[in-house]
Amino acid sequence: MSRIGKKFRDLKKSGRKAFIPYIMTGHPDIARTRRLIHILEDSGADIIELGVPFSDPLADGPTIQQAAQTALQQGVTLRSVIEFVGGIRNVTQIPIILMTYYNPVFKYGEERFAADAARAGVDGVIIPDLPPDEAGTLIKHSRAHGLDTIFLLAPTSTAPRIERVTKASTGFIYYVSITGITGSKLSMDLSIESHIAAIREKSGTPIAVGFGISTPEEAAAVSRFADGVIVGSAIVKQAGRPDEEIRDYLNSLREAIR
Amino acid sequence: MPALDELDAAYRAIKKDREFLKELSQLQETYIGRPTPLYFSKRLTDYLGGARIYLKREDLAHTGAHKINNAIGQALLAKKMGKKRLIAETGAGQHGVATATGAALTGLECEIYMGSDDIARQSLNVFRMKLLGARVVEVSTGSRTLKDAINEGLRDWTTNVRTTHYVMGTVFGPHPFPSMVRDFQSVIGREAKKQILKAEGRLPDYLIACVGGGSNSIGLFNDFLGDHGVRMIGVEAGGKGIDSGEHAARFAGGSVGVLQGAKSYLLQDENGNVLGTHSVSAGLDYASVGPEHAHLRDTGRVKYTYACDEEALKAFELLSRTEGIIPALESAHAVSEASKLAPGLPKDQIIIVNLSGRGDKDVQHVARIKGIEL
Repeated sequence: MSRIGKKFRDLKKSGRKAFIPYIMTGHPDIARTRRLIHILEDSGADIIELGVPFSDPLADGPTIQQAAQTALQQGVTLRSVIEFVGGIRNVTQIPIILMTYYNPVFKYGEERFAADAARAGVDGVIIPDLPPDEAGTLIKHSRAHGLDTIFLLAPTSTAPRIERVTKASTGFIYYVSITGITGSKLSMDLSIESHIAAIREKSGTPIAVGFGISTPEEAAAVSRFADGVIVGSAIVKQAGRPDEEIRDYLNSLREAIR
Repeated sequence: MPALDELDAAYRAIKKDREFLKELSQLQETYIGRPTPLYFSKRLTDYLGGARIYLKREDLAHTGAHKINNAIGQALLAKKMGKKRLIAETGAGQHGVATATGAALTGLECEIYMGSDDIARQSLNVFRMKLLGARVVEVSTGSRTLKDAINEGLRDWTTNVRTTHYVMGTVFGPHPFPSMVRDFQSVIGREAKKQILKAEGRLPDYLIACVGGGSNSIGLFNDFLGDHGVRMIGVEAGGKGIDSGEHAARFAGGSVGVLQGAKSYLLQDENGNVLGTHSVSAGLDYASVGPEHAHLRDTGRVKYTYACDEEALKAFELLSRTEGIIPALESAHAVSEASKLAPGLPKDQIIIVNLSGRGDKDVQHVARIKGIEL
């Protein structure tokens, strides 16, 4: 079982839900990213999503777009993010997922990507612009190297799509809480809860919910019916603030997710 | 994905729907002004002294470019699908104007995404869109041109997918857009074939069209793909030259990549990030190219070349003076290629150039380049 799978199993045993923060690698700079990972783990993060900057981040709102720009200007690439993970594995064993767009992976080579990422200690990958329909090659190589492939479902997903995504996903399923881009305003819709219940009938894979969650209240509401809560833009916004302020915010999220 | 599945199903249904096709063909005739003429360009032919050059006059279509063929088709489709709102990206502004026109015609709301660099060089079209009742949203992220406008358009569509149809303006993006846009544009080649057979009694030797995303060129080429004697040339934007790195020649300077839901040739760095592009014409200033063009290039069916900014500007003036037709700067790239090719060909050979748009929108921009205050 993968490190992500074990994490969800342990959480379930102790009746807890996963807190999955997202940060952009190299925003505001790489030293800060290293520090933030320490703070996140210290504040009770269960899994960390590391953003890989891309020139055209289609699924992201202004906050993560700007963070990606900053990171690109500092020369952060898919290769350097993989090396970065390799470099911190002597200090932390927290499960790490890369969130990247498809073209950098395609250019890197899917087989080489799966091999290099797994060797560096990356546990999973999320590629928002790669539907499972087109992911056969990546899935094959990821399985071979023990890398989890996490695909996305949304409130608009139909039954055939749910089936396809649940089959292709390992580790967990990423449920996008809204139709929209990262950092949008969350409009908590009761239908999400029943939609997720319908997905559970098809699959025993844990379901984490993200996009648009920024306050402890929202995190608490989502954690009632999800196995994990992903918070991205709201944390990215604070990446440059003093450690104590970020810790306070992260602690408030951690306490809300149960 | 569900939105694309929904669109694909809807498009497949209307493709065979007699009523829809009848409505579209009536609008093509009475609203767009089709068929557009195939004009024998005698003075340009005499001036170049070689092959006979015909111009397919898409510049005479309503709103002044071929973009209307696709926009009206998609607006009708959106209406049938029960959507309330159209959104689109635009580079030169022609597709934005065409979509705003389609929205006005069908009574739908309309928002157009446009890069701030393009807004600056195409202010006339920005005002036209507003006159037509559309809201123009400035996109100042990334390279502030067409690619970024598409990103914003797709982000909007992801957010408002239930009520909104995204009118992709070119043969790019995820399926079904490339084939749907090709189908709506292929009326150009169907007409041109009939017209040249009537005028010359035979098929042409060459077809030439400019290639940004590639909709006007696919529109002209599609009906001739099975005619093996017809050679085809797609002309990309060479900008300031390939070596300068400031161009939009994806075939000459790019490699295979995946952007905005399509796999094709792409201008990118070794890490898979998309490179900035440059062209004097906003409509060709784009980092990738329609995937069907990539296929036609790899199979050798179509040859791709490029014209640099200066060559396009020269052709812009050449056609204005010899024929009294001011071409769009995009189309001037195709005219430039014709002016290189024709003199070396026998006088009984025939070239059809797709004059995809008229140049009124570019007049101010060209004056600025020439240092003339208007």
